[in-house]
Amino acid sequence: MTTEQARPPFLGVDLAVHRRRIEEAEGRMRRSGWRRHLPKPAQLILMPLSILMVLPFVWMVLTSFMTNSEINSIPPTIIPHGIYTGGYENVLSASDFPYWFLNSIIVSGSAVVAQLVLCSLAGYAFARIPFRGSTVMLILLLATALIPFQLTVIPTFLIFHELGIINTLAALIVPQLTSALGIYLMYSFFQAFPKELEEAGYIDGCNLIQVFAKIVLPLAKPALAALGIITFIQAWNDLFWPLIAITSSHKFTVQVGLTTFQGEHETQWASIMAGTVMTTAPVLLVFLAGQRRFVQAITGAIKG
Amino acid sequence: MTSSVDEAAIARAANRRIRRSANIAGWSFAGPSLVIVLGLSFIPMVWAAYLSLTNSDLVSGGHFIGSANYAALRKDPLLRQALRNTVLLALLYLPAGLAAGLGAAVMLNQKIKLIGFYRTCFLVPFVASAAAEGLLFSFIFDPDFGVVDAGLHALGLPRQGFLQDPSQAMFVLAIVYFWTQFGFNIVIYLAALQDISQDVLDAASIDGASRWGSFWHVAVPTIRPVTIFLFVWSLIDVLQFFDLVYTTTKGGPLNSTLTLVYYIWELAFQFFQAGYGAAVAYVLFFVSLVAIIVALVYGRRRRLAL
Repeated sequence: MTTEQARPPFLGVDLAVHRRRIEEAEGRMRRSGWRRHLPKPAQLILMPLSILMVLPFVWMVLTSFMTNSEINSIPPTIIPHGIYTGGYENVLSASDFPYWFLNSIIVSGSAVVAQLVLCSLAGYAFARIPFRGSTVMLILLLATALIPFQLTVIPTFLIFHELGIINTLAALIVPQLTSALGIYLMYSFFQAFPKELEEAGYIDGCNLIQVFAKIVLPLAKPALAALGIITFIQAWNDLFWPLIAITSSHKFTVQVGLTTFQGEHETQWASIMAGTVMTTAPVLLVFLAGQRRFVQAITGAIKG
Repeated sequence: MTSSVDEAAIARAANRRIRRSANIAGWSFAGPSLVIVLGLSFIPMVWAAYLSLTNSDLVSGGHFIGSANYAALRKDPLLRQALRNTVLLALLYLPAGLAAGLGAAVMLNQKIKLIGFYRTCFLVPFVASAAAEGLLFSFIFDPDFGVVDAGLHALGLPRQGFLQDPSQAMFVLAIVYFWTQFGFNIVIYLAALQDISQDVLDAASIDGASRWGSFWHVAVPTIRPVTIFLFVWSLIDVLQFFDLVYTTTKGGPLNSTLTLVYYIWELAFQFFQAGYGAAVAYVLFFVSLVAIIVALVYGRRRRLAL
């Protein structure tokens, strides 16, 4: 994974090549003979550790296919005897889970689309357009990161109550339409963006909007993908605000819906685990598909 | 003469036009975002300050009662308990979380096979939702059917209450929280380690530094800004600890896992003491602000002293 930085050749010898040769030779000496077949010591720690990290999820999936008698047996069943789908059937038919899932898709999908549009527009404005007040506004925007949502949540509830959108999906979507983090991500991407491409566009007679839509945005796909992925994961996983803003079961998101299983299905762990599997699957799929971008987004946010 | 004056006037007018169009474009690009973000943070922040001076019950505005809420919270045993629990979580999680993250990142920061596989495994708990993970761990630590208790039993150890034991619940939550955040800490530290210039490490080894010496005296000081960032980030996250509590213990048993934010939520949305809840929320705000400032000032001073 480490990339060798290009250095100018020194006295005709490329230092990077030279060092790599020495390292290879040392490596050959260190791992000559049978030792070569042993794993590195780090592997002996990392391998069990990484398995331990995903083991709870494996257990979750296995349990979701067990019958209640398998779950309740002592000692616990590790591998289910057959694939029992009663837990899934129970969750899908006896609870409002299909509604919750649909609501989560609507809320997260709207959040992703809105943030891609609004954050890239605002990020571009702060990076490229020298408008009056831009510095102050950017500072105010970043300062909001210091205000915990828990401080503003009570008045936000009251404002949304006044607007009449408490207990509707709109109450969940509006706070997710844009975000300081998303704007900052796009802002730092556009700042590093080569100006020459846009200048070429202006010379060819494009106006600002054409340059933005036809030249900048197509080249911003990596940043947009990163923003889309973190927005989706965050919107999908949110619990605190939906728990407060939504009161009727048909409008719950999956996360809020899941918490209602506690107590109600006390001993029906198969159903509960089936619910958590279906709740976790979408974020895991998005994460696995866009892992590289996701890592870039969370590491990029701190380097700027 | 006159023509040059005209040219200057024309240039000024053109400049003005360019500046005006930049203002229009800039504000229309950034405006919608600014209205939403600033409107949903600064207005509620001021409103919360006012609410904290009233006895609002969430439904009605309530009456202005001055600083009575703030006087009450100084004698509130539950608030003291919530602060104590939150500090306990920070003490349990922060040092272990950062040290383990750095350790694993160091192991991953070498030519090693399966690095992609490891990173995926470590990040999965960070990506999955706290609600699902809370339910999952109430099952895993279930005193009747849970695998952990079955494992203890198989080893001949006594059964434990875990999340149902007031003296253990916070420790179990700290472990679960560590598990969810581990991958994030690794990824951040790994990015920082990969940014350290190989030349600096080479220079250290030419000067006779051992691998441990160059790690401790070169790598660790170089990535100190990242450590400070992670510390502040994690501290804010710990101060806002809610989801896992809500999906496992609901603050119990005997308030042993009552955190600041759980208490705020309970006050405002369960007991309908919105005014008092807002006052406690301001305590949260000032505690995090002070923590951030102290961490930044301390971090900067250490760097200067280096």
